[in-house]
Amino acid sequence: MIFSGKYKLNNSQYLESYNKMLLLRRFEEKCGQLYGMGLIGGFCHLYIGQEAIISGIDLIKQAGDSTITSYRDHAHIILAGTEMKYVLAELMGKETGCSKGKGGSMHMFDVKNKFYGGHGIVGAQVPIGTGIAFAEKYQNTNNLCFTFLGDGAVNQGQVYEAFNLAALWRLPVIYIIENNQYSMGTSLARSTFMTELYKKGESFGIPGFKVDGMSLESVYDQGRQAVEFVRNGGGPIILEMSTYRYRGHSMSDPAKYRTKDEVENYKSQDPLVQVKEMILANKYANEEELKKIEKNVKDSIDEAVEFSTNSLVPNEKELYTNIYVE
Amino acid sequence: MSQITVRDALRDAMQEEMLKDDKVFVMGEEVGQYQGAYKVTQGLLERFGAERVVDTPITEHGFAGLAIGAAFLGLRPIVEFMTFNFSMQAIDQIINSAAKTHYMSGGQIECPIVFRGPNGAASRVAAQHSQNFAACYSHIPGLKVVAPYSAEDHKGLLITAIRDNNPIIFLENEILYGHSFEIPDIVEPIPFGQAKKLVEGDDVTIVAFSLQVKLALDATINLQDTGINCEVIDLRTIKPLDIETILDSVRKTNRLVIIEEGWFFAGVGASIASMVMSRAFDYLDAPIEIISAKDVPLPYAVNLEKLALPTIEDVISAVQRVCYI
Repeated sequence: MIFSGKYKLNNSQYLESYNKMLLLRRFEEKCGQLYGMGLIGGFCHLYIGQEAIISGIDLIKQAGDSTITSYRDHAHIILAGTEMKYVLAELMGKETGCSKGKGGSMHMFDVKNKFYGGHGIVGAQVPIGTGIAFAEKYQNTNNLCFTFLGDGAVNQGQVYEAFNLAALWRLPVIYIIENNQYSMGTSLARSTFMTELYKKGESFGIPGFKVDGMSLESVYDQGRQAVEFVRNGGGPIILEMSTYRYRGHSMSDPAKYRTKDEVENYKSQDPLVQVKEMILANKYANEEELKKIEKNVKDSIDEAVEFSTNSLVPNEKELYTNIYVE
Repeated sequence: MSQITVRDALRDAMQEEMLKDDKVFVMGEEVGQYQGAYKVTQGLLERFGAERVVDTPITEHGFAGLAIGAAFLGLRPIVEFMTFNFSMQAIDQIINSAAKTHYMSGGQIECPIVFRGPNGAASRVAAQHSQNFAACYSHIPGLKVVAPYSAEDHKGLLITAIRDNNPIIFLENEILYGHSFEIPDIVEPIPFGQAKKLVEGDDVTIVAFSLQVKLALDATINLQDTGINCEVIDLRTIKPLDIETILDSVRKTNRLVIIEEGWFFAGVGASIASMVMSRAFDYLDAPIEIISAKDVPLPYAVNLEKLALPTIEDVISAVQRVCYI
């Protein structure tokens, strides 16, 4: 059903994706820096190394489709269409943040762009994403829900309850397992007996495919085929994207549970470098033009930092608002 | 006026709202083809079809989370738990997703959902099937908790719950399902946060909710013979709590007895007692009495079960204690 090499990226998709991936990389680096300065607090999970996944999916997603993910959500909300400055302001706990400073890093939302979180409980987004797909089907739309989860979430019971319901009711949901090899500090082999995560839906009759999550081309190619399958009424599908996070689980994690060699090995397949090399090799752009993209990215991040720094903390009255819908 | 059971009043409320709004649907175990484990959804499948009366597998965490997702997108699910004991399987989704997301999203996401089903002790079903979760759910900001007694209140409050844009915990009672009450031909939605004075009296205020209201009413009749006139207040909604009606009554009677079927510690009664103490301390002529379940898992044996739950004798003696009789 899904095979590799069906869909290829064109010139402008490469450039568009390079821009997005670079933006996400630099944004997360900036977050790390601001965290170190004490300007971002609490838990902060960076996406560095995994950018090809959300960027590839973003090329496939259509207006009307929803996205939902776990707490490693900065990249997902930015590509859902939320301006970076509102995401950064949220991280800095400002009133201008996308959740008015009440959610923080792990609880980002943007209903306007159909981004439904940002969920701090591992695996909880999976039934919710399945329910979003249920609502789309109930209302006879042709929209899908992209439901992201990590390799840690695949050991949570509610994920499988959701798989069964999605299969039973043929719901338009794509489960994207971002397998970055570690659930916090526990490697996949130490947490899951059967490590081929794309097969986790087999007992529910959900087809699954393994995708090289470090390759923008693979994510786009196989992702697009998966989307076609689901949009044509095939029911849910699972894509396991193998990837790697360069940083620790969160900011407080020095990642001593893995070797330098392992990290370096993954960095040698860096998705951003791969895309850049493709662009240069095929002359989609030259060094000069890429430098211009880099400068624009830097400027837009500086602008977001300035906006967030100058924003106010929430008014104390906000403590008691939004508990209930009036 | 006509007679109706609580069971039928609940069904009528759902039916009326489903006729009005296509976004309202019912989901749960055995709600469709089986017609409801306690027959509360009787006839809804025939009327509305399987798209809107959705039978689920036994998968509470899964379907609660799924329904919350559907509510995030604007549908208005009514999720039936066969009993609220099984809602413990779904407690993460109810607390962490349904209750908090409106706040965490800075008001962007709304979760218009009703979780309903029988709560508390039924009869002889022992510890895992006999828990009262009124206090547990009332503890959580973001949830509203409703626990009616009469048929009219069940109907009027369920209509309000379905129309509310917040997650609602609607606590029913298996024993009450078969009880019949007078009901007007047209039941208007009943606002949350309004307790109802069922009996006027000057001597003692008795506060109760759900099935325990019957205990209060029976004790009141009994006590009248001894010359004690109780004022009975049915809370109807626990959160938001109508503390003003309780305070007004206590300022008149100067004595308060609270009945709850749940456990004493960190209970609904304890919270009410604390509020009354801080706002009407000088009006109290006796310490507040709380009649609750004993601090034990509910046993099966008929004699032990009776010992564990509030009884009319408990209520009568509490009233007598606060009257120093």
